Amino acid sequence: MDLKDKLISSFMAFENNIDVEHSVHDIRTAAMKNFETRGFPSKKEENWKYTSLNSLQKTDFSIFPREENTLEYKDVKKYFIHEIDTYKIVFVDGIYSSYLSETTHDGVDICLMSAALTKPMYKQVIDVYFNKIASKDESLTSLNTAFSREGAYIYIPKNKMPKKPVEILHFATGNEASLMLQPRNLIVVEENAELQVIERHQSLTSNEVLTNSVTEIFAAKSAIVDYYKIQNDNSTASLIDNTYIDQKDKSVVKIHSFCFGGKLTRNNLNFYQNGEFIDSTLKGVTILGEKQHVDHHTLVHHKQPNCESHQDYKGIYGENSTGVFNGKIIVDKIAQKTDAFQQNNNILISDKATINSKPQLEIFADDVKCSHGCTIGQLDNEALFYLQTRGIPEKEARALLMYAFANNVLASVRIPELKTRINKLIAKKLGVNLGFDL
Amino acid sequence: MLKIRNLHASVEGKKILKGINLEVNAGEVHAIMGPNGSGKSTLASVIAGKEEFEVTQGSIEFEGEDIDEASPEERAHKGVFLSFQYPVEIPGVSVTNFMKTAINESRKAKGLEDMPAKEMLKLIREKSEMLDIDRKFLSRSLNEGFSGGEKKRNEIFQMAMLEPKLSILDETDSGLDIDALRIVANGVNKLRSDDKATILITHYQRLLEYIIPDFVHVIHDGKIVKSGGKELALELEDKGYDWLKQEAAV
Repeated sequence: MDLKDKLISSFMAFENNIDVEHSVHDIRTAAMKNFETRGFPSKKEENWKYTSLNSLQKTDFSIFPREENTLEYKDVKKYFIHEIDTYKIVFVDGIYSSYLSETTHDGVDICLMSAALTKPMYKQVIDVYFNKIASKDESLTSLNTAFSREGAYIYIPKNKMPKKPVEILHFATGNEASLMLQPRNLIVVEENAELQVIERHQSLTSNEVLTNSVTEIFAAKSAIVDYYKIQNDNSTASLIDNTYIDQKDKSVVKIHSFCFGGKLTRNNLNFYQNGEFIDSTLKGVTILGEKQHVDHHTLVHHKQPNCESHQDYKGIYGENSTGVFNGKIIVDKIAQKTDAFQQNNNILISDKATINSKPQLEIFADDVKCSHGCTIGQLDNEALFYLQTRGIPEKEARALLMYAFANNVLASVRIPELKTRINKLIAKKLGVNLGFDL
Repeated sequence: MLKIRNLHASVEGKKILKGINLEVNAGEVHAIMGPNGSGKSTLASVIAGKEEFEVTQGSIEFEGEDIDEASPEERAHKGVFLSFQYPVEIPGVSVTNFMKTAINESRKAKGLEDMPAKEMLKLIREKSEMLDIDRKFLSRSLNEGFSGGEKKRNEIFQMAMLEPKLSILDETDSGLDIDALRIVANGVNKLRSDDKATILITHYQRLLEYIIPDFVHVIHDGKIVKSGGKELALELEDKGYDWLKQEAAV
């Protein structure tokens, strides 16, 4: 049985364990129908030209873990930004771990999707926001919607800001030979409220994991959201991340994606600007080796006048790794005075690494500023020579130059301890110890 | 200290150095002058070990040891320093962290432990005070957004920190106004000592008013066509390079 058939039959089993009378279930069944019709995307589709899901579909993934698995904090501490205090929403094999988590209802709700989808007190928010910005057409988003049950639920009311950042962590224990996870997150940040989130998916063994995640983020008027995705998973873990952001007037949303690991990573990052004077920022650092593959698909849809978007993706590809950057910007006719900026710079440090970079601009307004640029190159030999003349060996010199290359993206990380952590991950990924933390 | 014999070097098959002979002893300052494209910057890069240049003939000896095959970092560890005409910008790495890396990599190569943090700070303070460098400057990203003068001054600061035996300053005076030039020259003069040597690569005599050389060499078409004392620089200033080109052609 291939994965699609298995998912279809699993859906029936899934229905036995949830409240099918709840209004959300109509959304699930409609989504399942869409997935059944469309199936997994194939390379024939333009959006999936460079990323194949074929081998994943042949893997016999468990759709649900057989049992609840537990982890000791000391064994997974290193995956948390433990230097600072955070709220934590932690899942082990897709099941909420209250032991590892720290949720709150103190003025803000930082808790669980399973609670939000079942308890009456959340119904109003669910009715207004759940599955409202996520695509109804895209098949993998539909697949996630069909199985939506667990994930992070964050609601920040007007003028509030949680005392500390929120960490969303998904661990896979490897107790299943291969496991598919489908977390579903809903994040609502009301007017003038603020939120910082750090998200990470981490497999703890070499058993295969496939995560198909959907996150909906709603940023109301003047809301500020900083979202950091740490993608540094094992080489047997694959991630399809579908993130949808709805922004209203004067809101500021920044998403940083740090992609250093995983077997296959697909980021579908979609921004919809439904207001004026909005600021959207999409930044990423990708450093890959071995046979790793990443595909960054971004969309910024400028639907109203006077908004800005800034995209800056840096990629360093070594060994046999492959990368894709596809950045789509749509500027509607009404969206005059749009300022859209897109930059994608890549360095290939191996003859066998490849990158496909494609800007896609669809501009229907006439008074806009849209710029895009993409470069693919090697390290500058003159710069390398400069560092070597100071006594820095070639390997370390290369690492310093690569770090400098990616640095722009790091400059806007607002949590210093996170920045330090990312720097350490970069140094580790580049295989150097420079005598100071980058 | 440095002995260059019949040095020929080419890049991408193009011959640039065509038989350079030069001997530099401890305590000496040599100026190498010449028109654009004469090969003087190439000579600096070849001494420092730039791999794009292929040495086709001759040899470079440093402190009695043939260094032809040594990598740039190995030459740096032995005590060769090259100050760049266009120093490279390294965003995200402060001047201080950069110097820590450079010094500790040199120590590592010599089998020494990392320099203790306290000692490092002391050294940084000492050298920055000597060169009148503002401490705030040291926490900025290396060369990023530095003015031309700041970049050159930073090169001299690095030279002071690394304490090389042989310093080669490639067109350090280019793009500097007179005040910046004076500051940089003062720094170089303060670092002069009997056990160190300096090679100044320059197009103009201007720099040599501030750093008085012991010897002046004129390079043309990949060869040293004339050597002399500091007065040779003045002669060049007066007459230009043309008379030497003609002399060389004869």
